[in-house]
Amino acid sequence: MSLALQTFSTVKDANSALQASGTRYLGGGTLVVRAANEGDVSVSSLVRVTEPSLSQITISGGKARIGASVTMAAIARHPELGMIAPAARAVGGPAIRNMATVGGNLFAPAPYGDFAVALLALDASVATEDGEMPIETFLAGRDTGRAVVTAVGFSLPKAETFRFLKVSRVKPKGVSVLSIAALLQRTADGAVTAARIALGCMADRPIRAKAAEKALLGCKLTPEEIAPALAVAGEGITPVTDPIASAWYRAEVLPVHLGRLLLG
Amino acid sequence: MAKVPVQFTLNGSEKAEFVESGTTLLHALRDKIGDTSPKGGCHQGTCGACSVIIDGELRLSCLTLAETCNGADIKTTAGLAEGGMLHPLQRAFLDAFATQCGFCTPGMIMAAKVLLDRMPNPSREDVVEALSGNVCRCTGYEPIIQAVLTAARANSQNAA
Ligand SMILES: Cc1cc2nc3c(=O)[nH]c(=O)nc-3n(C[C@H](O)[C@H](O)[C@H](O)COP(=O)(O)OP(=O)(O)OC[C@H]3O[C@@H](n4cnc5c(N)ncnc54)[C@H](O)[C@@H]3O)c2cc1C
Ligand code: FES
Ligand code: FES
Repeated sequence: MSLALQTFSTVKDANSALQASGTRYLGGGTLVVRAANEGDVSVSSLVRVTEPSLSQITISGGKARIGASVTMAAIARHPELGMIAPAARAVGGPAIRNMATVGGNLFAPAPYGDFAVALLALDASVATEDGEMPIETFLAGRDTGRAVVTAVGFSLPKAETFRFLKVSRVKPKGVSVLSIAALLQRTADGAVTAARIALGCMADRPIRAKAAEKALLGCKLTPEEIAPALAVAGEGITPVTDPIASAWYRAEVLPVHLGRLLLG
Repeated sequence: MAKVPVQFTLNGSEKAEFVESGTTLLHALRDKIGDTSPKGGCHQGTCGACSVIIDGELRLSCLTLAETCNGADIKTTAGLAEGGMLHPLQRAFLDAFATQCGFCTPGMIMAAKVLLDRMPNPSREDVVEALSGNVCRCTGYEPIIQAVLTAARANSQNAA
Protein backbone atom coordinates (compact mmCIF):
# COMPACT_ATOMS: atom_id res chain seq x y z
CA MET A 1 0.00 0.00 0.00
CA SER A 2 1.39 3.42 -0.77
CA LEU A 3 -0.33 5.91 1.42
CA ALA A 4 1.26 8.84 3.14
CA LEU A 5 -0.28 10.16 6.33
CA GLN A 6 0.08 13.81 7.28
CA THR A 7 -0.88 14.84 10.80
CA PHE A 8 -1.80 18.45 11.60
CA SER A 9 -2.59 20.12 14.88
CA THR A 10 -5.06 22.60 13.38
CA VAL A 11 -8.04 22.26 11.07
CA LYS A 12 -6.79 25.22 9.05
CA ASP A 13 -3.54 23.47 8.09
CA ALA A 14 -5.40 20.24 7.30
CA ASN A 15 -7.79 22.14 5.03
CA SER A 16 -4.91 23.53 2.98
CA ALA A 17 -3.31 20.07 2.72
CA LEU A 18 -6.65 18.60 1.54
CA GLN A 19 -6.58 20.81 -1.57
CA ALA A 20 -3.92 18.56 -3.14
CA SER A 21 -5.30 15.92 -5.50
CA GLY A 22 -5.41 12.31 -4.25
CA THR A 23 -5.64 13.56 -0.68
CA ARG A 24 -8.42 12.57 1.71
CA TYR A 25 -9.23 13.12 5.33
CA LEU A 26 -8.69 10.20 7.72
CA GLY A 27 -11.34 9.77 10.40
CA GLY A 28 -11.50 6.36 12.04
CA GLY A 29 -10.34 4.84 8.76
CA THR A 30 -12.99 2.12 8.61
CA LEU A 31 -13.93 3.15 5.07
CA VAL A 32 -10.90 4.97 3.77
CA VAL A 33 -8.24 2.49 4.95
CA ARG A 34 -10.47 -0.36 3.86
CA ALA A 35 -10.62 1.19 0.37
CA ALA A 36 -6.83 1.45 0.31
CA ASN A 37 -6.52 -2.20 1.44
CA GLU A 38 -8.83 -3.17 -1.40
CA GLY A 39 -6.55 -1.48 -3.91
CA ASP A 40 -8.26 1.89 -4.38
CA VAL A 41 -5.37 3.92 -5.76
CA SER A 42 -7.35 7.17 -6.03
CA VAL A 43 -6.16 8.01 -2.52
CA SER A 44 -2.42 8.48 -2.17
CA SER A 45 -2.33 10.71 0.84
CA LEU A 46 -4.33 10.95 4.06
CA VAL A 47 -4.66 13.93 6.35
CA ARG A 48 -5.69 13.95 9.97
CA VAL A 49 -6.15 16.57 12.65
CA THR A 50 -5.34 16.17 16.32
CA GLU A 51 -7.14 19.34 17.50
CA PRO A 52 -8.79 18.27 20.80
CA SER A 53 -12.12 20.03 20.09
CA LEU A 54 -12.79 17.51 17.34
CA SER A 55 -13.01 14.75 19.96
CA GLN A 56 -15.29 16.57 22.37
CA ILE A 57 -18.98 16.22 23.17
CA THR A 58 -20.56 19.34 24.67
CA ILE A 59 -24.10 19.45 25.99
CA SER A 60 -25.56 22.77 27.08
CA GLY A 61 -28.89 24.56 26.98
CA GLY A 62 -30.67 21.55 25.47
CA LYS A 63 -28.21 21.39 22.59
CA ALA A 64 -25.52 18.85 21.76
CA ARG A 65 -22.31 19.52 19.86
CA ILE A 66 -20.43 16.39 18.85
CA GLY A 67 -16.91 16.78 17.45
CA ALA A 68 -16.32 15.05 14.12
CA SER A 69 -13.71 12.66 15.57
CA VAL A 70 -16.05 11.39 18.30
CA THR A 71 -16.65 7.66 17.86
CA MET A 72 -19.92 5.74 17.83
CA ALA A 73 -18.80 4.00 21.04
CA ALA A 74 -18.30 7.35 22.80
CA ILE A 75 -21.79 8.49 21.78
CA ALA A 76 -23.36 5.17 22.79
CA ARG A 77 -21.99 5.43 26.33
CA HIS A 78 -22.52 9.17 26.90
CA PRO A 79 -24.99 9.61 29.77
CA GLU A 80 -26.79 12.56 28.17
CA LEU A 81 -27.08 11.13 24.66
CA GLY A 82 -29.21 8.14 25.61
CA MET A 83 -31.96 9.04 23.15
CA ILE A 84 -29.67 8.77 20.14
CA ALA A 85 -27.52 5.92 21.51
CA PRO A 86 -29.53 3.28 19.56
CA ALA A 87 -28.41 4.90 16.28
CA ALA A 88 -24.75 4.86 17.40
CA ARG A 89 -25.04 1.26 18.61
CA ALA A 90 -26.50 0.29 15.23
CA VAL A 91 -23.16 0.91 13.51
CA GLY A 92 -21.00 -2.21 13.00
CA GLY A 93 -19.64 -4.42 15.78
CA PRO A 94 -17.79 -3.29 18.92
CA ALA A 95 -14.40 -2.76 17.24
CA ILE A 96 -15.94 -0.78 14.37
CA ARG A 97 -17.82 1.40 16.89
CA ASN A 98 -14.55 2.15 18.71
CA MET A 99 -13.13 3.46 15.44
CA ALA A 100 -16.03 4.80 13.35
CA THR A 101 -16.40 8.57 13.72
CA VAL A 102 -19.39 10.87 13.35
CA GLY A 103 -17.52 12.78 10.62
CA GLY A 104 -16.92 9.60 8.63
CA ASN A 105 -20.54 8.48 8.99
CA LEU A 106 -21.69 11.69 7.28
CA PHE A 107 -19.73 10.63 4.19
CA ALA A 108 -20.55 6.91 4.29
CA PRO A 109 -22.36 5.74 1.15
CA ALA A 110 -25.43 3.49 1.48
CA PRO A 111 -25.85 0.86 2.91
CA TYR A 112 -23.79 2.70 5.53
CA GLY A 113 -24.54 5.99 7.24
CA ASP A 114 -27.01 4.81 9.89
CA PHE A 115 -26.00 7.54 12.34
CA ALA A 116 -26.25 10.19 9.62
CA VAL A 117 -29.87 9.07 9.13
CA ALA A 118 -30.53 9.92 12.77
CA LEU A 119 -28.78 13.28 12.37
CA LEU A 120 -30.94 14.08 9.33
CA ALA A 121 -34.14 13.42 11.30
CA LEU A 122 -32.78 15.63 14.09
CA ASP A 123 -32.20 18.48 11.62
CA ALA A 124 -28.56 18.65 12.70
CA SER A 125 -26.15 21.30 11.54
CA VAL A 126 -22.76 20.35 10.13
CA ALA A 127 -19.83 22.61 10.97
CA THR A 128 -16.67 23.33 9.01
CA GLU A 129 -14.18 26.13 9.52
CA ASP A 130 -16.33 28.33 7.28
CA GLY A 131 -19.38 28.03 9.50
CA GLU A 132 -22.42 25.82 9.85
CA MET A 133 -24.87 24.47 7.31
CA PRO A 134 -28.03 22.37 7.58
CA ILE A 135 -27.31 18.65 7.20
CA GLU A 136 -29.42 18.48 4.04
CA THR A 137 -27.24 21.07 2.34
CA PHE A 138 -24.17 19.21 3.53
CA LEU A 139 -25.38 15.82 2.28
CA ALA A 140 -26.31 17.22 -1.13
CA GLY A 141 -22.81 18.66 -1.64
CA ARG A 142 -20.69 16.11 0.18
CA ASP A 143 -19.09 14.67 -2.97
CA THR A 144 -17.52 17.95 -3.96
CA GLY A 145 -16.73 19.56 -0.59
CA ARG A 146 -13.12 19.19 0.51
CA ALA A 147 -13.25 20.91 3.89
CA VAL A 148 -12.77 19.08 7.17
CA VAL A 149 -16.05 18.66 9.02
CA THR A 150 -15.38 19.76 12.58
CA ALA A 151 -18.64 18.96 14.40
CA VAL A 152 -22.35 18.31 14.23
CA GLY A 153 -24.89 20.12 16.40
CA PHE A 154 -28.54 19.50 17.18
CA SER A 155 -31.23 20.19 19.76
CA LEU A 156 -31.60 17.24 22.09
CA PRO A 157 -34.93 15.61 21.34
CA LYS A 158 -37.40 15.26 24.20
CA ALA A 159 -37.96 11.72 25.35
CA GLU A 160 -40.56 9.90 23.25
CA THR A 161 -40.20 12.29 20.29
CA PHE A 162 -37.27 10.50 18.64
CA ARG A 163 -37.41 7.00 17.19
CA PHE A 164 -34.80 4.97 15.33
CA LEU A 165 -34.95 1.62 13.60
CA LYS A 166 -32.33 -0.33 11.70
CA VAL A 167 -33.31 -3.46 9.81
CA SER A 168 -30.58 -6.00 9.11
CA ARG A 169 -30.50 -9.70 8.37
CA VAL A 170 -27.60 -10.67 10.62
CA LYS A 171 -28.19 -10.18 14.34
CA PRO A 172 -26.96 -8.48 16.45
CA LYS A 173 -24.63 -6.87 13.93
CA GLY A 174 -25.39 -6.56 10.26
CA VAL A 175 -25.40 -4.09 7.44
CA SER A 176 -28.64 -2.19 6.87
CA VAL A 177 -31.44 -3.38 4.66
CA LEU A 178 -32.70 0.04 5.63
CA SER A 179 -32.71 2.43 8.55
CA ILE A 180 -35.33 4.96 9.58
CA ALA A 181 -35.24 7.80 12.08
CA ALA A 182 -38.22 9.94 13.01
CA LEU A 183 -38.67 13.06 15.08
CA LEU A 184 -42.34 13.52 15.94
CA GLN A 185 -43.97 16.36 17.87
CA ARG A 186 -47.44 15.52 19.14
CA THR A 187 -50.26 17.18 21.02
CA ALA A 188 -51.37 15.92 24.40
CA ASP A 189 -53.98 13.72 22.73
CA GLY A 190 -51.37 12.22 20.40
CA ALA A 191 -51.96 14.03 17.10
CA VAL A 192 -48.79 14.71 15.11
CA THR A 193 -48.01 18.43 14.81
CA ALA A 194 -44.58 18.12 13.17
CA ALA A 195 -42.68 15.21 11.66
CA ARG A 196 -39.19 14.72 10.22
CA ILE A 197 -38.54 11.26 8.84
CA ALA A 198 -35.13 10.24 7.48
CA LEU A 199 -34.42 7.09 5.49
CA GLY A 200 -31.18 5.16 4.98
CA CYS A 201 -30.51 2.93 1.92
CA MET A 202 -33.35 4.59 0.00
CA ALA A 203 -30.80 6.55 -2.06
CA ASP A 204 -26.99 6.66 -2.09
CA ARG A 205 -27.18 8.86 1.00
CA PRO A 206 -29.77 9.59 3.73
CA ILE A 207 -32.93 11.28 2.42
CA ARG A 208 -36.17 12.57 3.92
CA ALA A 209 -39.56 10.97 3.39
CA LYS A 210 -41.22 14.32 2.81
CA ALA A 211 -44.53 13.01 1.46
CA ALA A 212 -44.94 10.74 4.48
CA GLU A 213 -44.01 13.59 6.84
CA LYS A 214 -46.78 15.72 5.33
CA ALA A 215 -49.34 12.92 5.35
CA LEU A 216 -48.73 12.33 9.06
CA LEU A 217 -49.70 15.85 10.13
CA GLY A 218 -52.79 15.79 12.30
CA CYS A 219 -52.78 11.99 12.53
CA LYS A 220 -52.76 9.90 15.65
CA LEU A 221 -50.36 6.96 15.57
CA THR A 222 -52.97 4.28 14.88
CA PRO A 223 -52.90 1.79 11.98
CA GLU A 224 -55.82 3.52 10.27
CA GLU A 225 -54.54 7.06 10.61
CA ILE A 226 -50.96 6.39 9.50
CA ALA A 227 -52.03 4.35 6.45
CA PRO A 228 -51.94 7.33 4.04
CA ALA A 229 -48.41 8.19 5.23
CA LEU A 230 -47.23 4.62 4.65
CA ALA A 231 -48.80 4.64 1.19
CA VAL A 232 -46.59 7.56 0.14
CA ALA A 233 -43.46 6.52 2.07
CA GLY A 234 -41.74 5.43 -1.13
CA GLU A 235 -42.30 8.68 -3.00
CA GLY A 236 -39.04 9.94 -4.47
CA ILE A 237 -36.89 7.04 -3.31
CA THR A 238 -34.25 5.28 -5.44
CA PRO A 239 -33.08 2.48 -3.13
CA VAL A 240 -29.64 0.91 -3.53
CA THR A 241 -29.14 -2.65 -4.77
CA ASP A 242 -26.29 -4.53 -3.10
CA PRO A 243 -25.58 -8.01 -1.69
CA ILE A 244 -27.82 -7.22 1.31
CA ALA A 245 -31.01 -6.48 -0.67
CA SER A 246 -32.29 -5.37 -4.04
CA ALA A 247 -33.79 -1.96 -4.65
CA TRP A 248 -37.15 -3.68 -5.24
CA TYR A 249 -37.03 -5.47 -1.90
CA ARG A 250 -36.04 -2.34 -0.02
CA ALA A 251 -38.91 -0.40 -1.57
CA GLU A 252 -41.38 -3.20 -0.75
CA VAL A 253 -40.47 -3.43 2.93
CA LEU A 254 -40.05 0.29 3.63
CA PRO A 255 -43.77 0.92 4.46
CA VAL A 256 -43.87 -2.18 6.66
CA HIS A 257 -40.93 -1.03 8.77
CA LEU A 258 -42.02 2.60 8.84
CA GLY A 259 -45.37 1.36 10.14
CA ARG A 260 -43.66 -0.64 12.89
CA LEU A 261 -41.56 2.35 13.88
CA LEU A 262 -44.58 4.65 14.07
CA LEU A 263 -46.80 2.19 15.94
CA GLY A 264 -44.03 0.81 18.19
CA MET B 1 8.13 6.11 0.22
CA ALA B 2 9.41 7.85 3.33
CA LYS B 3 9.76 5.73 6.44
CA VAL B 4 8.29 7.00 9.65
CA PRO B 5 9.15 6.04 13.22
CA VAL B 6 6.51 4.29 15.32
CA GLN B 7 6.88 3.62 18.99
CA PHE B 8 4.39 1.93 21.29
CA THR B 9 4.09 -0.53 24.14
CA LEU B 10 3.25 -4.04 23.00
CA ASN B 11 2.19 -6.46 25.72
CA GLY B 12 4.18 -4.48 28.27
CA SER B 13 7.41 -3.99 26.34
CA GLU B 14 8.54 -0.94 24.41
CA LYS B 15 8.70 -1.34 20.64
CA ALA B 16 10.19 1.08 18.12
CA GLU B 17 10.27 0.52 14.37
CA PHE B 18 10.53 2.40 11.11
CA VAL B 19 7.64 1.65 8.80
CA GLU B 20 6.50 3.04 5.48
CA SER B 21 3.93 5.79 5.96
CA GLY B 22 0.45 4.31 5.58
CA THR B 23 1.45 0.87 6.91
CA THR B 24 -1.35 -0.81 8.82
CA LEU B 25 -0.81 -1.82 12.42
CA LEU B 26 -1.55 -5.42 11.40
CA HIS B 27 1.33 -5.36 8.91
CA ALA B 28 3.66 -3.65 11.38
CA LEU B 29 2.88 -6.17 14.13
CA ARG B 30 3.15 -9.27 12.00
CA ASP B 31 5.86 -8.45 9.49
CA LYS B 32 8.01 -5.92 11.32
CA ILE B 33 7.72 -6.78 14.98
CA GLY B 34 7.04 -10.49 14.59
CA ASP B 35 3.85 -10.79 16.65
CA THR B 36 1.77 -13.02 14.38
CA SER B 37 -1.09 -13.51 16.83
CA PRO B 38 -3.35 -10.96 15.07
CA LYS B 39 -4.45 -12.60 11.82
CA GLY B 40 -5.16 -10.99 8.48
CA GLY B 41 -8.44 -12.47 7.29
CA CYS B 42 -10.23 -9.91 5.16
CA HIS B 43 -8.34 -6.60 5.56
CA GLN B 44 -11.80 -5.03 5.27
CA GLY B 45 -12.96 -4.80 8.86
CA THR B 46 -15.46 -7.62 8.49
CA CYS B 47 -13.86 -10.70 10.07
CA GLY B 48 -12.32 -9.43 13.32
CA ALA B 49 -9.35 -11.83 13.11
CA CYS B 50 -6.96 -8.88 13.37
CA SER B 51 -8.56 -7.49 16.57
CA VAL B 52 -6.16 -6.03 19.13
CA ILE B 53 -6.66 -3.95 22.25
CA ILE B 54 -5.41 -0.36 21.95
CA ASP B 55 -5.51 1.74 25.13
CA GLY B 56 -8.13 -0.60 26.56
CA GLU B 57 -10.40 -0.57 23.48
CA LEU B 58 -10.98 -3.26 20.89
CA ARG B 59 -9.73 -2.12 17.48
CA LEU B 60 -9.16 -3.66 14.08
CA SER B 61 -5.44 -3.59 13.32
CA CYS B 62 -6.08 -4.03 9.57
CA LEU B 63 -7.83 -0.64 9.42
CA THR B 64 -5.54 1.19 11.86
CA LEU B 65 -2.45 2.93 10.56
CA ALA B 66 0.63 2.08 12.64
CA GLU B 67 1.77 5.68 12.88
CA THR B 68 -1.50 6.69 14.58
CA CYS B 69 -0.52 4.37 17.48
CA ASN B 70 2.52 6.32 18.65
CA GLY B 71 2.62 6.20 22.44
CA ALA B 72 -0.27 3.72 22.63
CA ASP B 73 -0.58 0.68 24.85
CA ILE B 74 -1.27 -2.30 22.59
CA LYS B 75 -2.24 -5.77 23.72
CA THR B 76 -2.45 -8.89 21.61
CA THR B 77 -3.28 -12.50 22.38
CA ALA B 78 0.44 -13.33 22.24
CA GLY B 79 0.87 -11.40 25.50
CA LEU B 80 -1.82 -13.16 27.54
CA ALA B 81 -0.03 -16.22 28.88
CA GLU B 82 1.99 -15.57 32.02
CA GLY B 83 4.95 -17.63 33.21
CA GLY B 84 4.00 -20.55 30.97
CA MET B 85 0.40 -20.50 32.23
CA LEU B 86 -2.35 -19.90 29.72
CA HIS B 87 -4.78 -17.06 30.41
CA PRO B 88 -8.19 -18.32 31.67
CA LEU B 89 -9.74 -17.37 28.33
CA GLN B 90 -7.16 -19.37 26.40
CA ARG B 91 -7.66 -22.32 28.76
CA ALA B 92 -11.44 -22.13 28.37
CA PHE B 93 -11.21 -21.96 24.56
CA LEU B 94 -9.10 -25.11 24.50
CA ASP B 95 -11.31 -26.97 26.97
CA ALA B 96 -14.55 -26.07 25.17
CA PHE B 97 -13.18 -26.97 21.71
CA ALA B 98 -13.83 -23.34 20.85
CA THR B 99 -10.72 -23.29 18.71
CA GLN B 100 -10.70 -25.55 15.69
CA CYS B 101 -8.62 -24.23 12.79
CA GLY B 102 -7.74 -21.43 15.23
CA PHE B 103 -7.67 -18.60 12.73
CA CYS B 104 -10.40 -16.57 14.43
CA THR B 105 -9.24 -17.43 17.96
CA PRO B 106 -6.85 -14.55 18.74
CA GLY B 107 -9.45 -12.01 17.58
CA MET B 108 -12.22 -13.74 19.51
CA ILE B 109 -10.06 -13.79 22.63
CA MET B 110 -9.26 -10.08 22.34
CA ALA B 111 -12.97 -9.26 21.94
CA ALA B 112 -13.80 -11.48 24.93
CA LYS B 113 -11.01 -9.96 27.02
CA VAL B 114 -12.26 -6.38 26.71
CA LEU B 115 -15.72 -7.64 27.63
CA LEU B 116 -14.55 -9.49 30.76
CA ASP B 117 -12.29 -6.61 31.81
CA ARG B 118 -15.36 -4.37 31.88
CA MET B 119 -18.02 -6.88 32.82
CA PRO B 120 -16.74 -9.83 34.84
CA ASN B 121 -20.12 -11.59 34.85
CA PRO B 122 -21.62 -11.09 31.41
CA SER B 123 -24.88 -12.63 30.26
CA ARG B 124 -24.99 -14.82 27.18
CA GLU B 125 -26.44 -11.85 25.30
CA ASP B 126 -23.53 -9.64 26.37
CA VAL B 127 -21.11 -12.26 25.04
CA VAL B 128 -22.91 -12.54 21.71
CA GLU B 129 -22.90 -8.76 21.37
CA ALA B 130 -19.21 -8.50 22.29
CA LEU B 131 -18.24 -11.12 19.69
CA SER B 132 -20.57 -9.81 17.00
CA GLY B 133 -17.78 -8.31 14.91
CA ASN B 134 -15.82 -11.57 14.79
CA VAL B 135 -16.43 -14.30 12.25
CA CYS B 136 -15.72 -18.00 12.83
CA ARG B 137 -16.00 -20.45 9.96
CA CYS B 138 -15.49 -23.63 12.01
CA THR B 139 -17.16 -23.82 15.37
CA GLY B 140 -20.68 -22.55 14.80
CA TYR B 141 -20.00 -20.02 17.62
CA GLU B 142 -21.71 -21.96 20.42
CA PRO B 143 -18.45 -23.41 21.86
CA ILE B 144 -16.90 -19.94 21.75
CA ILE B 145 -19.82 -18.40 23.66
CA GLN B 146 -19.61 -21.21 26.21
CA ALA B 147 -15.84 -20.75 26.57
CA VAL B 148 -16.23 -17.04 27.34
CA LEU B 149 -18.96 -17.76 29.90
CA THR B 150 -16.78 -20.47 31.48
CA ALA B 151 -13.79 -18.12 31.68
CA ALA B 152 -16.02 -15.51 33.30
CA ARG B 153 -17.18 -18.03 35.93
CA ALA B 154 -13.57 -19.11 36.55
CA ASN B 155 -12.57 -15.46 37.04
CA SER B 156 -15.34 -14.74 39.51
CA GLN B 157 -14.55 -17.92 41.48
CA ASN B 158 -10.91 -16.87 41.73
CA ALA B 159 -11.96 -13.42 42.85
CA ALA B 160 -14.33 -14.80 45.50
C1 LIG C 1 -17.21 -4.22 8.91
C2 LIG C 1 -17.85 -2.87 8.78
C3 LIG C 1 -19.14 -2.70 9.21
C4 LIG C 1 -19.77 -1.46 9.12
N1 LIG C 1 -21.04 -1.34 9.56
C5 LIG C 1 -21.65 -0.13 9.49
C6 LIG C 1 -22.98 0.03 9.94
O1 LIG C 1 -23.61 -0.92 10.40
N2 LIG C 1 -23.55 1.26 9.83
C7 LIG C 1 -22.88 2.34 9.31
O2 LIG C 1 -23.43 3.42 9.27
N3 LIG C 1 -21.62 2.21 8.86
C8 LIG C 1 -20.99 1.00 8.93
N4 LIG C 1 -19.71 0.87 8.47
C9 LIG C 1 -19.09 1.99 7.77
C10 LIG C 1 -18.23 2.90 8.64
O3 LIG C 1 -17.56 2.18 9.65
C11 LIG C 1 -19.01 4.02 9.31
O4 LIG C 1 -19.85 4.65 8.38
C12 LIG C 1 -18.10 5.05 9.97
O5 LIG C 1 -18.87 5.98 10.71
C13 LIG C 1 -17.19 5.78 9.02
O6 LIG C 1 -16.39 6.62 9.81
P1 LIG C 1 -14.78 6.60 9.79
O7 LIG C 1 -14.35 7.60 10.79
O8 LIG C 1 -14.24 5.25 9.95
O9 LIG C 1 -14.54 7.11 8.30
P2 LIG C 1 -13.21 7.14 7.44
O10 LIG C 1 -13.00 5.84 6.79
O11 LIG C 1 -12.08 7.70 8.22
O12 LIG C 1 -13.68 8.23 6.36
C14 LIG C 1 -14.74 7.97 5.45
C15 LIG C 1 -14.81 9.14 4.46
O13 LIG C 1 -15.23 10.32 5.12
C16 LIG C 1 -14.25 11.33 5.00
N5 LIG C 1 -14.18 11.99 6.32
C17 LIG C 1 -14.18 11.37 7.53
N6 LIG C 1 -14.19 12.27 8.52
C18 LIG C 1 -14.19 13.49 7.92
C19 LIG C 1 -14.19 14.83 8.43
N7 LIG C 1 -14.20 15.09 9.74
N8 LIG C 1 -14.16 15.84 7.54
C20 LIG C 1 -14.15 15.60 6.19
N9 LIG C 1 -14.16 14.35 5.66
C21 LIG C 1 -14.17 13.32 6.52
C22 LIG C 1 -12.97 10.62 4.63
O14 LIG C 1 -12.11 11.43 3.90
C23 LIG C 1 -13.48 9.47 3.82
O15 LIG C 1 -13.70 9.86 2.52
C24 LIG C 1 -19.06 -0.37 8.56
C25 LIG C 1 -17.75 -0.54 8.13
C26 LIG C 1 -17.14 -1.77 8.22
C27 LIG C 1 -15.72 -1.92 7.77
S1 FES D 1 -8.44 -8.71 8.87
FE1 FES D 1 -9.13 -7.03 10.03
S2 FES D 1 -11.22 -7.43 10.24
FE2 FES D 1 -10.60 -9.02 8.89
S1 FES E 1 -11.87 -21.90 14.61
FE1 FES E 1 -11.63 -21.81 12.47
S2 FES E 1 -12.44 -19.86 12.05
FE2 FES E 1 -12.93 -20.07 14.10
